[in-house]
Amino acid sequence: MVQPLDYLRETASQTAGPYVHIGLIPKQAGFDIFENQLGDTMLTPETKGERITIKGHVFDSTGTPLRDVLLEIWQANADGRYNHPDDTQGKPLDETFRGWGRTGSHFETGLYTFKTIKPGAVRGRHTHTMAPHINVWIVARGINIGLNTRMYFSDETEANAKDPVLNLIELEKRRETLIAQRSERDGEVIYTFDIHLQGDNETVFLDI
Amino acid sequence: MEHPTSPKGEYFQRDRTMHPPALTPHYKTSVTRSHKNALLSLQNSLSEITGPVFGHNELGALDNDLIRNYAHGGDPIGERIIVHGRVLDEAGRPQPNALLEFWQANAGGRYRHKKDTYLAPIDPNFGGCGRTLSDENGYYMFRTIKPGPYPWRNFVNNWRPAHIHFSIFGPAFAQRLITQMYFEGDPLIWSCPIVRGIPDDDAIRQLIAPLDLNASIPIDTLAYKFDIVLRGRRSTMFENRLEGN
Repeated sequence: MVQPLDYLRETASQTAGPYVHIGLIPKQAGFDIFENQLGDTMLTPETKGERITIKGHVFDSTGTPLRDVLLEIWQANADGRYNHPDDTQGKPLDETFRGWGRTGSHFETGLYTFKTIKPGAVRGRHTHTMAPHINVWIVARGINIGLNTRMYFSDETEANAKDPVLNLIELEKRRETLIAQRSERDGEVIYTFDIHLQGDNETVFLDI
Repeated sequence: MEHPTSPKGEYFQRDRTMHPPALTPHYKTSVTRSHKNALLSLQNSLSEITGPVFGHNELGALDNDLIRNYAHGGDPIGERIIVHGRVLDEAGRPQPNALLEFWQANAGGRYRHKKDTYLAPIDPNFGGCGRTLSDENGYYMFRTIKPGPYPWRNFVNNWRPAHIHFSIFGPAFAQRLITQMYFEGDPLIWSCPIVRGIPDDDAIRQLIAPLDLNASIPIDTLAYKFDIVLRGRRSTMFENRLEGN
């Protein structure tokens, strides 16, 4: 027997279950309990950057939208800086923007929505720059461990082509699953980002 | 060369053999909701080592007291308990200011949720959710009612063991975790398809909180201790102390 390294082991994940809303977005579960609803507001009028709305569905293998899924997003501000002490890029911090949001898909339609700003590019590893992107995390009944993925922007073709993470995906067809399509309606900028848990268009999920 | 995530180190790779795989057919809902392709392995960048920071001023005074935070002139029905423990990382370092959110069924096994139609009654004085931040040494606690087990439509005769759902935010988005705490002595734990989705029995035992009589309040409240381990992190890289990283 050799000596043990004495590392602890990460607590095992379990599904968030069908009632994840009770704990994380109780208003959607049908009751009001906390004064401060964490995560339901990403913006203030002072927040810098282009206003965008992200909309989409999360589909299962049968093509049915999940109506009980919870999504969280984490992103940099308009200058490409994360509101966190370990971001040492030296870019300006926007105190009015935490960069984190949480929402549940609609119980009837399965549509999810975030109102946020378009992030700037962030430094990657070594000398790379990463294209503007939003980090996405998904939990639901039937998902045993939260799924990580990223959302990129269809109007950033040049930056996307150089993005070190997109370029790790061998099959170019699968890179498309991470790119949200931009459209404008009544002055609102909408990015449509559908996520497929399984099937022909299965989204690329990340082991981060 | 510039260190990619200077000045702090990266997070340990997640040991996925300790977690349930995406597809666990005995937990039937996973069949249509599990990915079939391999995950893309990614080394940490700023996107993974950072995450939202929460503060005490965002939480209400009763947020960690599920006995009081939804009481409408009476006490919730059931066994009063304290749940307490520490949030550590895999290197044994306490995780201060971790946001813990928890939710659960009431003593009869019913959730306060539009979609829960189980025949147990809703408790008018019990909401079933709360949240707290770990202190500077990683300790956390909250007070609640022991949840009841309940049947669910997986196999005909499946019952969930009594459990409390936990959502945990450490300092990095890479550490994000949702899990469930079970109670020592519950005979339903080892027949639950959700629990048994975890391939490693020691990892299951790590989710079972022991009764902690020393932390109980006599003639009032029992206590259970539940320590939570988040992903570890290499320390700050110093060129003259590489062995410490």
